[in-house]
Amino acid sequence: MVALADGMMNTQASAKNKGSMKEAPAFFDEMRSADGSIRPAYQKIADWMGQQSRGGMARKQEEAEAIFRRLGITFAVYGDNASNERLIPFDLIPRVIAAQEWRFLERGIEQRVRALNLFLYDIYHRQEIIRAGRIPADLVVGNEAFLPQMMGFDPPGKIYSHIVGTDIVRTGENAFFVLEDNLRTPSGVSYMLEDREAMMHLFPELFAAHRVAPVERYPEMLRQTLESVAPPSCKSDPTLAVLTPGIYNSAYFEHSFLADQMGVELVQGSDLFIENGTLYMRTVSGKERIDVLYRRVDDSYLDPLAFRSDSTLGVPGLFDLYRAGGVTIVNAPGTGIADDKAVYAYVPDIIEFYTGEKPILSNVPTYRCSIADECHHVLDNLSHLVVKEVHGSGGYGMLIGPHATKAQLAEFEKKIKAKPSNYIAQPTLNLSTCPSNVGAGSAPRHVDLRPFVLVGDKIRITPGGLTRVALKKGSLVVNSSQGGGTKDTWVLED
Amino acid sequence: MLGRTAASLYWMSRYIERAENIARLTEVGYRISLTPDIGIGHREDWKSTLIAAGSYEPYLERHNEITSEKVKHFLLFDRDNPSSVRSCLETARNNARAVRTALTREMWEALNSTYIDFASVRPADLGSGKLPEFLDWVRQRSALFRGSMLGTLLRDEGFHFSQLGAFIERADNTARILDVKYYVLLPTNETVGGDIDAFQWETILRSVSAHRSYRHVYKDRYRPWNVAEFLILRPEMPRSFCFCYGWIERSLEGMSDIIGKKTASLTEASSILHDLKTIPMDAIFQSGLHEFLTEFLKRNNSVSAHIANDFHFL
Repeated sequence: MVALADGMMNTQASAKNKGSMKEAPAFFDEMRSADGSIRPAYQKIADWMGQQSRGGMARKQEEAEAIFRRLGITFAVYGDNASNERLIPFDLIPRVIAAQEWRFLERGIEQRVRALNLFLYDIYHRQEIIRAGRIPADLVVGNEAFLPQMMGFDPPGKIYSHIVGTDIVRTGENAFFVLEDNLRTPSGVSYMLEDREAMMHLFPELFAAHRVAPVERYPEMLRQTLESVAPPSCKSDPTLAVLTPGIYNSAYFEHSFLADQMGVELVQGSDLFIENGTLYMRTVSGKERIDVLYRRVDDSYLDPLAFRSDSTLGVPGLFDLYRAGGVTIVNAPGTGIADDKAVYAYVPDIIEFYTGEKPILSNVPTYRCSIADECHHVLDNLSHLVVKEVHGSGGYGMLIGPHATKAQLAEFEKKIKAKPSNYIAQPTLNLSTCPSNVGAGSAPRHVDLRPFVLVGDKIRITPGGLTRVALKKGSLVVNSSQGGGTKDTWVLED
Repeated sequence: MLGRTAASLYWMSRYIERAENIARLTEVGYRISLTPDIGIGHREDWKSTLIAAGSYEPYLERHNEITSEKVKHFLLFDRDNPSSVRSCLETARNNARAVRTALTREMWEALNSTYIDFASVRPADLGSGKLPEFLDWVRQRSALFRGSMLGTLLRDEGFHFSQLGAFIERADNTARILDVKYYVLLPTNETVGGDIDAFQWETILRSVSAHRSYRHVYKDRYRPWNVAEFLILRPEMPRSFCFCYGWIERSLEGMSDIIGKKTASLTEASSILHDLKTIPMDAIFQSGLHEFLTEFLKRNNSVSAHIANDFHFL
């Protein structure tokens, strides 16, 4: 699934590790300690798992799939026939995050998101961070993701990225890494909400036995966030709308789901027009004003007059109207510069520069091929590293060293040498595992986590987020296009 | 409500109604093909079915002969036929997907599960007697959708556009069925009409599931005059022109109240309803049943075009 594909895991050669797994488990198991004992947060889940029969779980699995299919929670894969809709597999066993673990993550995410918004404001204004020599000018202003059209403009509340999906992986007891910041139009929140709905329907007894922090308030919080960034021209209660590319977009379900949950219109470009400095939607009685547009359309398609002229998904004149304060676009155009893979390596510096604090959450160590020493290191260690194109997303244009053939390695060596600044490299990560429901009972499978963050009058983080799980044995690839599923994610309250 | 949303609701309902009507027409065609040939060839009956379904021309573009198997496949499963039951369900679902937020969960689930279940039906499995059961199922699913809508949908714009789509389509369908067989309904046939005609009259009534309710209303054998009157002017017959236009007018009045002005489509629908309420049956026969039906189909299309225009369907 393309919409969820950003955040391809750095994968470890699973075959290589199989031999050594028994002596020293290479992976952090979120349920079991190294000595085999159950961690406290998972105690009741482990008891419950012990009580389930294989047949019973199989029936629940079928029931869950029927629920998702009936609700139409499917995704389309690009290139597939449009009617070819698939379900993302749902894993029945919830992932549990202890209260103190979550508090740590929450603080780290908030710090990071705050700093990245300050960074965006700065680079679209005085560019202090560049003047201070903390990040190369060329990396920012010479970057495809940098939008010069945004220079000098103050978005309402000085917020650029209102809706963030921070991808986090865990490799040890206290080792959490941010893999990607996803500041553009992150998706997946509908799966978080529907996974919870399904679990409450299937296993109410489990909820009775735990104090699970609720996620259901997300749509309401999203609404509050959007209302809090109404444009200066809006003098009454702001009217919101969700802009979708249409029913063939892989995340269309989510667009319609969010509009419905917030009770606002789901619009397409063809529904919108601008007249006398106001954005309107065509309604049965003529027109109705829109103040805040939560767009799920990429920057380049937003406005054929300002960006790609062949776009039919946006609205001519939208960007000018935005700059004139007639409408708020959420997320702001141009946020991509802050989640660019080349800029990623500088995020710890960015945090320190704007907050004066040490980063709470770590970055994955990242080698920048643009720097000669680091490039040498990458070329010498290619077969152990994951190499990514700086502007690529969704796992395209990347090399997974330990899995690559000699020919692929040689090809990437050539590519990197030809244009070093186009690549970064990271070590492979040993993703943590959680118990998953597999055909023959339960078994550990690798997971990542995408918490959802809302930035408006204040920062709101929904406890938990979307856990993606690599359901194939040994696989570290959580993408749904490659056998990945999702599972409900529980933050336990004290 | 967005104009596009209104359009999607309208077309969603039209296509569900059409799927149901095509299933009903196919069933009648199937019944005829089972009865002994009594003079009029089956080939002609399948042709009438195709015409009534508005699918005769597209059929001829793809097939050079009319056979039961080919017609059934064309009407039920053929993706190249935009009015096949499969295409109707797909179009209805795509429209529904585009306006998920305007549907209730029950409506969506009724439509979506029909679509999913239909996709798993293999035409090859519908041989020897399984067809009626399948056609029944299609009608039941349409009824389920309609029931979900009536039971759960707010009586606001969304309801009105769903109603409009269903009744414009239904009126169109009833008019086509009558027009295909109008010649057997001419009064001159009443005296000369033999078994063949009686059979044709019954076929018409069956095509709109009215062969039993006819008896309740007329307490008489099938007579062409009555059959025509029943399907055109009787306000209590739920597939008659008069009944359909009663609902079309009501929904257009509702919409006019909501947007605060009287629309061209309402004026036109009211005028059609007024005509249906005042014109006597013999006047229709005098000026020509076929001409009357042609004119009605034209006016019905015109109301549909006006609705699209009045409510900014794009």
